Amino acid sequence: MSNPPYPNPDISVRNFAGGIHCPNPFWLASAPPTNCGEQIMRAFDAGWGGAVWKTIGAPVTNVTSRYSSIDWQGQRMMGFNNIELISDRPIETNLRELAEVKKRYPAQAVIASLMVESTREAWHDIVVRSEDAGADGLELNFGCPHGMSERGMGSAVGQVPEYAQMITEWVKEKARTPVLVKLTPNISDIRTVAHAAKRGGADGLSAINTINSITGIDLDTLIPRPNVDGRSSHGGYCGPAVKPIALNMVQQVMADEESALPLSGIGGIATWADAAEFILLGCGTVQVCTAAMHYGYRIVEDMADGLQNWMRSKGFRTLDDFRGLSLHRVTEWKHLNLNYKIVAHIDEQKCIGCDLCHIACWDGAHQCIHLDRITGPVDGHVELHSIPASYEQTSRESITVTPVTRRERAIDTTNHGPYPTPLARIPRVDETECVGCNLCSLVCPVEQCITMVEVPTGLASETWDERTKGAVCAVEPQIT
Amino acid sequence: MPNTFTENPEIRQRFAELHPPLTAQAAVVESNRCLNCFDAPCMVACPTHIDVPGFIKRIASGNLRGSARRILEANVLAGSCSRACPVEVLCEGACVMHRYDRPPIQIALLQRHAMDAFHRSAEPLIPVQPPPIDLRVACIGSGPASLACAAELRRHGAQVTILERRPLPGGLNTYGVADYKLPTADSLREVELIRQTGVEFRLGAAIETAADLATIESEFDYIFLGVGLGAMQKLGIAGEEAIESGETTGVLNALQLIAAYKTGHITRMHGAVVVIGAGNTAIDAAVAARRLGADPVTMLYRRGPADVSAFDFELAHARHEGVQFIWNSLPVAMHASEDGNLLLEIQSVQLTGGKFELIPGSQSTVPCKTIIPAIGQSPLTQLLSEFRRVTVEHGRIVIDRANGQTSNPNFFAGGDCTNGGREVVDAVADGKRAALGILAASNHAPGKTAEGAHV
Repeated sequence: MSNPPYPNPDISVRNFAGGIHCPNPFWLASAPPTNCGEQIMRAFDAGWGGAVWKTIGAPVTNVTSRYSSIDWQGQRMMGFNNIELISDRPIETNLRELAEVKKRYPAQAVIASLMVESTREAWHDIVVRSEDAGADGLELNFGCPHGMSERGMGSAVGQVPEYAQMITEWVKEKARTPVLVKLTPNISDIRTVAHAAKRGGADGLSAINTINSITGIDLDTLIPRPNVDGRSSHGGYCGPAVKPIALNMVQQVMADEESALPLSGIGGIATWADAAEFILLGCGTVQVCTAAMHYGYRIVEDMADGLQNWMRSKGFRTLDDFRGLSLHRVTEWKHLNLNYKIVAHIDEQKCIGCDLCHIACWDGAHQCIHLDRITGPVDGHVELHSIPASYEQTSRESITVTPVTRRERAIDTTNHGPYPTPLARIPRVDETECVGCNLCSLVCPVEQCITMVEVPTGLASETWDERTKGAVCAVEPQIT
Repeated sequence: MPNTFTENPEIRQRFAELHPPLTAQAAVVESNRCLNCFDAPCMVACPTHIDVPGFIKRIASGNLRGSARRILEANVLAGSCSRACPVEVLCEGACVMHRYDRPPIQIALLQRHAMDAFHRSAEPLIPVQPPPIDLRVACIGSGPASLACAAELRRHGAQVTILERRPLPGGLNTYGVADYKLPTADSLREVELIRQTGVEFRLGAAIETAADLATIESEFDYIFLGVGLGAMQKLGIAGEEAIESGETTGVLNALQLIAAYKTGHITRMHGAVVVIGAGNTAIDAAVAARRLGADPVTMLYRRGPADVSAFDFELAHARHEGVQFIWNSLPVAMHASEDGNLLLEIQSVQLTGGKFELIPGSQSTVPCKTIIPAIGQSPLTQLLSEFRRVTVEHGRIVIDRANGQTSNPNFFAGGDCTNGGREVVDAVADGKRAALGILAASNHAPGKTAEGAHV
């Protein structure tokens, strides 16, 4: 098929938070990848649409080591943790380089991330100097969860709505560019600080900052990671592991009228698909750190290209075409339809016979996936079925020999039944007992082998809210 | 048990490992590929039913000791099985990854990884010696079946003696498995672990007469027969008896050749070699001849390539090593030539009505230095016929597969002498079942909570 009849989707960002423009929504978050001007210029050459400068403030002294991570099943850095502080470079150096970057890269967004002591004068001073240097916007770092918080900055501000509002107001007294407040997730309800920022006059928000974490303990030395001369300290957790937490908080903020502001989404974004999800919940731009630390600036190429190709396949021409489309698909549990029923369906042609769905259903769900295609289906209560341990017992007691002759080997490969997998190993779903929980389809290693199929109940939609109040649906989901 | 074996460096070099071990990181990556199937087909396919996903996931988690212990619970010769098993038709052949269009999990290499770590740890096979029970068992033969039987019996506190006619223990693991799969030294290391559990070894102890048998019977409560199979058959063709054989020339049976190089008694071969037959042992012998320097090495088989009993990967390996083939042909005579070579006369055959018929006018002569018959192994029927009331059919000792018991309730048996020649892992499974059979027959059947019952 030839290309669809519309031009390449436009992924540029115009007037984000009331005045920030950039060629694409992909920003590098305030972090080691944006430590200095030389880095940021290389990042812009690679294709990043913007960069939030590593937080500028009174220079700090850092420790070694600074990072630790969680690997998962052989994959490196599923989750990442740091105890690095804000910039350790003089304010003058950072601002001089910022001016140079802006001069050379006028189209890209350069945001100054700021953190200074909690006085009106200190904030006024840094705001004016940053904007004089050419920053396109300011991001107030109220989120840093480690080190700086012990000095009354970072999340120490972000966890107290009154402080957050007060400092935002100070900044707005001087700011000429958009002001974003970066929110900490280390708080019981992220919306309280979002309210405060909005009340204080913020033009936008960034969320989420890193999550308090101890990534692990070295089981040889018994020292938690990262090890600083035999001791460690809690750090900030990020990377792919935190994305679901970030998405939830983004949804909470964007669905709340008192909180909602133009939002720069952060948290585990590594691909265009991650970015699309944040934008579908209402984000105007997204910020990336861990993935760039893992693979380098070059990852942005696929992020931009992939996002455009996805937009093209869905018929979206601009980011605004799909921004927030999924936001109202999230609702309170009480508004979910109790009469919607799906059941698991196993595609016998695709099943490879790992039987993980069987054991997952028996041990972790509702005991309705059985291995009885040979012995004959038995539907109904658990007590009627062979339990998993009995299959294992039978196997252990079986006598198996090596097929040493061609004839023996031929029997081995032909005794299969109608499907690629022997019938005895293809599980069967008892649909009357299946509660449609999804677990089997989640554990199945084969794509599209177990699908969840809707079973019409013949009943009208009814939510818990309606059932208990006897009222008509009060919240009509807005479907675009 | 004195270590009477010294590895020959030339043999080690010529028979470098076919499948080198995994690095620690590669093992973790590979183990993470395993899906951890429920009631896993690989476990079912293994004659000893090793909990494959169980040991693989222990490698993934960094629990190498637990991984090895999990393996050893099922199979005390897991080290040699990881090297010698035809996993393509066993665990790896059963891996569900085949139906997922992905290569199967490298179960053998992972098992070897765990077992190598165990051997490096120098831990005993049985961590806590069980309380002794009043049961004395003799295992005749020291191959995999007897070793597995002995180890299982020791786990339950029985007193076990292994009687072996050869100078080194281990049976075919020591003398018969190609060295690029399982070096002799590694077999002996595994045997030593079993000896350290308290098994007594009597080496050079042949049971050849009824009197020998009576002595053993009076000393032990039960006897396990793990005697394997006897010498390779003669070809039975004209001129065979007149040929004088040297260490590497003349007519040399495949198992003799393999044993001779594995123990360092021969390190070189010269000239042309003809191997007759196309089973797995024939291939081991042909590849050995190539690696020892013989050229050309030709395999002669009465049927075509689609009919060889050797595993496909073994046939491919032989081709890769430069072995040549003459199909649909039989040897008909041999004689010595004047220049000191042998002349093997062969003739093409066709299968007609289930019989091989010589095709007239298709004779040819193959000059060679060495002829290696490897057309199958014949059982030690002579010895077995001496055992009282032990039924032997088609040269195999008849047993109850579930417990290894022969028709004489005091005799149990397992391994090649009962199945006509299968794999190491089959012998281990037989030996283990027989041990449990002996315990049950002597009212020492293990209770589920018996201390020391599991390693």
